[in-house]
Amino acid sequence: MSLAVKKALFLYGALFILIIGVGIVMGAPFGVRLMVEALAYSLIALGLNIQWGYGGLFNFGIMGFLMIGGFAVTFVSVPVNMEFWNSDGPFMLLKVIIAAGIGAMFIIGANKLPKIGIKGKAQKTAQIIAWIGAYILYRSQIDPAAEYIEKTSTFVGGLGLPVLLGWAFGGVLAAIIAYIIGKICLGLRTDYLAIATIGVSEIIRALIKNMDWLTRGTLTVSPVPWPVPKPQDFQLMGAETLQSFVFARASFLIIVLIVVLLALFLIQRAYNGAWGRMMRAIRDNHIAAASMGKNVKSRQLEIFIFGSVLIGIGGAILTSFAQIFDPGGYQPINHTFVIWVMVIVGGAGNNFGALFGGVFIYIVWVLSEPVSQALFINLSEVSTNIGWSAIPDIESRSLQMRVFVLGLVITLALRYAPRGLIPETFHQDKDEEITANKS
Amino acid sequence: MNELIFFFNKVIISGMVLGSIYALGAIGITLIFGILRFAHFAHGDMMTMGAFITFLLASAATALGFTAPLPMGFMVLPIAMFIAAFMALGIDKSFYAPLRARGAKPVTLLIASIGVTLMIQGLIRLFFGVKSRTFFASEPKEIYRIDMSFLGATRPITITEPQILMIIVTIIAVVALHFFLTKSKFGKAMRAMADNADLAQVSGINTKLVIRVTWVIAGSLAAMAGTMLALDVTLKPNLAFNIILPIFAAAIVGGLGHAWGAIAGGFLVGFAETMAVFNWAVLLRPFREGLPSWIPNDLSIVPTEYKLTVAFVILVIVLLVRPTGIFKGASS
Amino acid sequence: MLIDLKNIIAGYGGAPILKGINLAIEKSDIGVIIGPNGAGKSTCLKAIFGLLEVSSGEVLFNGQEIKNSLPDKLVPMGLSFVPQEKNVFTSLSVHENLEMGAFIREDDISQTIEEIYEMFPPLREKRNQQAGELSGGQRQMVAMGRALMSKPSLLMLDEPSAGLSPRYVLEIFEQIQKVNASGVGILMVEQNAKQALSFASKGFVLANGTNSFTGSGQELLNDKDVAKSFLGG
Repeated sequence: MSLAVKKALFLYGALFILIIGVGIVMGAPFGVRLMVEALAYSLIALGLNIQWGYGGLFNFGIMGFLMIGGFAVTFVSVPVNMEFWNSDGPFMLLKVIIAAGIGAMFIIGANKLPKIGIKGKAQKTAQIIAWIGAYILYRSQIDPAAEYIEKTSTFVGGLGLPVLLGWAFGGVLAAIIAYIIGKICLGLRTDYLAIATIGVSEIIRALIKNMDWLTRGTLTVSPVPWPVPKPQDFQLMGAETLQSFVFARASFLIIVLIVVLLALFLIQRAYNGAWGRMMRAIRDNHIAAASMGKNVKSRQLEIFIFGSVLIGIGGAILTSFAQIFDPGGYQPINHTFVIWVMVIVGGAGNNFGALFGGVFIYIVWVLSEPVSQALFINLSEVSTNIGWSAIPDIESRSLQMRVFVLGLVITLALRYAPRGLIPETFHQDKDEEITANKS
Repeated sequence: MNELIFFFNKVIISGMVLGSIYALGAIGITLIFGILRFAHFAHGDMMTMGAFITFLLASAATALGFTAPLPMGFMVLPIAMFIAAFMALGIDKSFYAPLRARGAKPVTLLIASIGVTLMIQGLIRLFFGVKSRTFFASEPKEIYRIDMSFLGATRPITITEPQILMIIVTIIAVVALHFFLTKSKFGKAMRAMADNADLAQVSGINTKLVIRVTWVIAGSLAAMAGTMLALDVTLKPNLAFNIILPIFAAAIVGGLGHAWGAIAGGFLVGFAETMAVFNWAVLLRPFREGLPSWIPNDLSIVPTEYKLTVAFVILVIVLLVRPTGIFKGASS
Repeated sequence: MLIDLKNIIAGYGGAPILKGINLAIEKSDIGVIIGPNGAGKSTCLKAIFGLLEVSSGEVLFNGQEIKNSLPDKLVPMGLSFVPQEKNVFTSLSVHENLEMGAFIREDDISQTIEEIYEMFPPLREKRNQQAGELSGGQRQMVAMGRALMSKPSLLMLDEPSAGLSPRYVLEIFEQIQKVNASGVGILMVEQNAKQALSFASKGFVLANGTNSFTGSGQELLNDKDVAKSFLGG
C-alpha cells in the first residue's frame, strides 16, 4: 500500500470518527441531517472537481446551477396548481412560447443569411435587428402573461411528479444551461471564464428571484416533497418524535448515498479510461492536445456539462431536503466559494479528495456556527468583566468570523498545501508551478 | 421640457456618477492585471474597506470637534487613501507575493484573491456589523437644484454635493494618472512592464518596486471610489462586492491592462446601465395624444431588477466580438 | 577578462541544458557563439544574465562572481542583454523604449539618447512612434539602443539577425562592430555563422551543452570539422 493511500485511509478514518463524535454530542437527528447535507455538498464538490480538477475549467457560478437544480425539483415535484391551469394562464404562456419561437427563427434566419448571399455589414445589421425584434416580441407577450398569472394564481405551480424525477430534471436543466454557457464562454481565457460564470450565476439568480410567475420568487415555495416518508409519516406509523426524525432522515440519507456512490463509480471509471487521459492532456497542455486532435473545445464542453449535471442534482437534493425553495437564500459565499474550498482543501483532481473535502468542510462550516458563537460570548464576558461593554450584535457578528476563516483557509491552502489533503495521483504532468518559476 | 430634465437627472447625472465609480475601480483592476497578470477579485472589497477607513477617520474628526465646509468624509479622504495604499501593500505581501515567488499560475492568484475578498468581508462585518451607515449623520447632504424655468420647465436639475465632488475628483484622478503614466519614470516603467514583463526585467527595471507602486495606486483609487460611492448612497458591508462585476465588465470592455480603456469602459457601462433601465416612454409623454394607444406606458429596455445583467450582457458581447476590448488592450 | 565562464552547469530545474561551458572574452572582443539548434546557445546568455539557475561553476564579470544575480543587479554593473524575440516595448514610443533602457540611471540621459540617435538615424525620425509599428530592422535598432542606454561594458545579443532581410543583417552587423569599437565587449549568439565569424575576434562552438571548439573567428571558419558540422560545408 502506497503512502498516499495510507494517508487517505487515515483521513477517512478520522472523518468517520468525527462524524460519530458529532452524532453523539449533538444527537442522532442532527448528525443524520448533517450527513445528508454533507453528502449533497460532496456531490456538488465532485461536479466542480470534474470541471476544475480534471478539466482546468473555472466555474465560479456554482450558485446559479444550484438554483437551477432547486427550481427544477420544485417545479417537477410540487403539487399541480389547478387555479393556474383553469385560468387563461396556460394559453398566455403558449403565446409566449410561440413568440419566443418566432423570435428564435428571426435570429437563426439572420445567422443563415450568408447562404443567400447577404454578408458582412448587411448581415451584422440584420442580426442586430433580429435580436432586437425577437426581444421586443418576447417582452410583448411575457409581460402581460406574467402579470396575469401573478394576479390570478400567484404562480404556475408544479407538475406533481415523483421527486427523483425532479432530481434528474435538475441535472438535465443544468446540462442545458451549461451547454449554452459553455458554447459562449469556453473559448475564453481562464480568468475571463471565471468572470463570465460569476456573471451568469448572478443573472440566473436575478431571473429566478424576479420571475415570480414561474418560481414564486422571494415568496418561496414550500413544502417541497421528499422522495421518502417524512418524519410526520413515521409518527403516524407510531414512531416517537425523535425516532421519526432519525428514520426519515436516514432513509433520505440512503438515497443520497446511492446517488453519490453511483456518481463516484461512474466518474472513477471514466477517469481511469481513455477519456480521463484525454482530459488530463487537455488540461495540462492545451496546445499539444490541440495538435493531437482539434476537438479540445468540444471535450471541454463535455466536461463542463458533466460537472454541471452533478451540481444541478446536488442543488435539487439540497432543496428537497430543506423542503423549501427560497431564491433569496442563495449567496455566493455559501453556495459557490465554500465548494471551492472543499475541492481545494480536499485535493483538486482526486475524486476521493473532493468527496472528503465536501463532507469535512461542510461539517466544519456548520459546526463553526455554534463554536464561534460560544467563543464570542466568552469574549464578550471577558470584555464585560474587565470593565468594557459587551460586544453588540454578537450572533450576527460571530457568524462573520466564519467568512473570514473561509478566506483564510483558501489562502493558506493555496500557499502551504496547493494540492490539497488527498492530492491527485498523477504527478508527472503537474509540475508546472516549478518550471513556470524561471521560464 | 420636464421630461428632458427628468432624462437628464436619471440618465446623464446618474450615468456620470455610476461611470465615475466604475472607472475608478476599473483602473485598479486593469493596472493590477497589466502588471501582475491576474484578475483581482478582491478589488470590490478593497473599495468597501477604503470607505470604512474613511468613515472611521471622519467619525473621529467629527468627534474631535472639527468642522469643514465640505463633507467630512471627503476632507479625510487623502488620509484614508494613504492608509488604504498601505493595506493594499500588506495584502500583497502576505497573500499574493508568496504565491508569485513560488511561480504560481495567475489562476492560483485569482483564487487567492477570492480568499482575500472573503477575509475582508468577514473582518468588516465582524467589526462594523451588517447595518447601513451614513456619512451624513451630523451634517446635511447638500442638494443643488438648478432652476430650469427659463426653458419652460417646472422641474429643476438636481445633483447632490457628493455627486459633484465625485465627478470632479474622478476627472482629477484621471488627469493625474494620465500624466503619471506618460511623464514620470515609474509610470512609464509600469506601462513597459504591462507591455512586456520579461523585457522590463531584462532592462534592469526594478519590477518589485513597480509592483508596489501599482498596489499603492490601485489601493488608493479603490479607497477613493469606495468612499465616493458610500458618500453618494450609504455605507454598508456589501457596498462594492455587488459592483465588482460591472467593474470587471468596464475593465474588459476597455481592454485589460489598458488604463484609458478602463476609464472609457467605466463610463460606457455606467451609461449603458442607466439608459437600459430608463423608461423611454417618459420622453414620448408630451406627444401622447398623437400616438397610437398600443404603445405601452413602460418602455424601459430591461426592468430595474435586471440592471446588473446589463453590464454582463455588454461583457459577453465584447468577449465574443472583440476579446481584447474595444480599444487595443495589452492582454495577450 | 570582461566575462569569464568556468565550467557552467545550468538548466530549468530538470536535466541540465548546459553541461560544463567554458568561455571568456575581453572588453575589446566580439565573441560569437554558434552551434546547432538546441545546443544551449541562448540558454548560455540567459544563464549569465540570471534568467535561469546556474547550479555549479563560476561566472566572473571583471573578476567578480555574479552567478545567479538578477538583472536589476547586473544592469547597473554594466551588463546588458537583447533577447531574440519580443525585445521592444511595442506599445511604448521609440523614445520611451530608450528611456526604459536607462531606468537604473539617475544621471542625465539626454546625451546618451543623442548618441543612440546618431548611431541609428532612422530612430530619430520615428522617436514618437510606437515601437510596435516599426519594421523588423528598425525594431532591432530600438532593441540595441535600449540595451546601450545603460552604458554597458558587455552587450549580449541573442540572434540579432533573426528574421531580418540580408540588407538589414549587414547593417546590424556593422552597428555591432561600431558599438564594439566604442569600447563595449560583445557576446552574441548567431545563426548566420559564416558572416558573424568573419568579424568575430572569438568564436565558440556549442553542441550538446558543452563547447567543443574555441578559437578566433577566422580559425573556426578555417577549421574543417567546424565547417563540415556547423557551417554547411
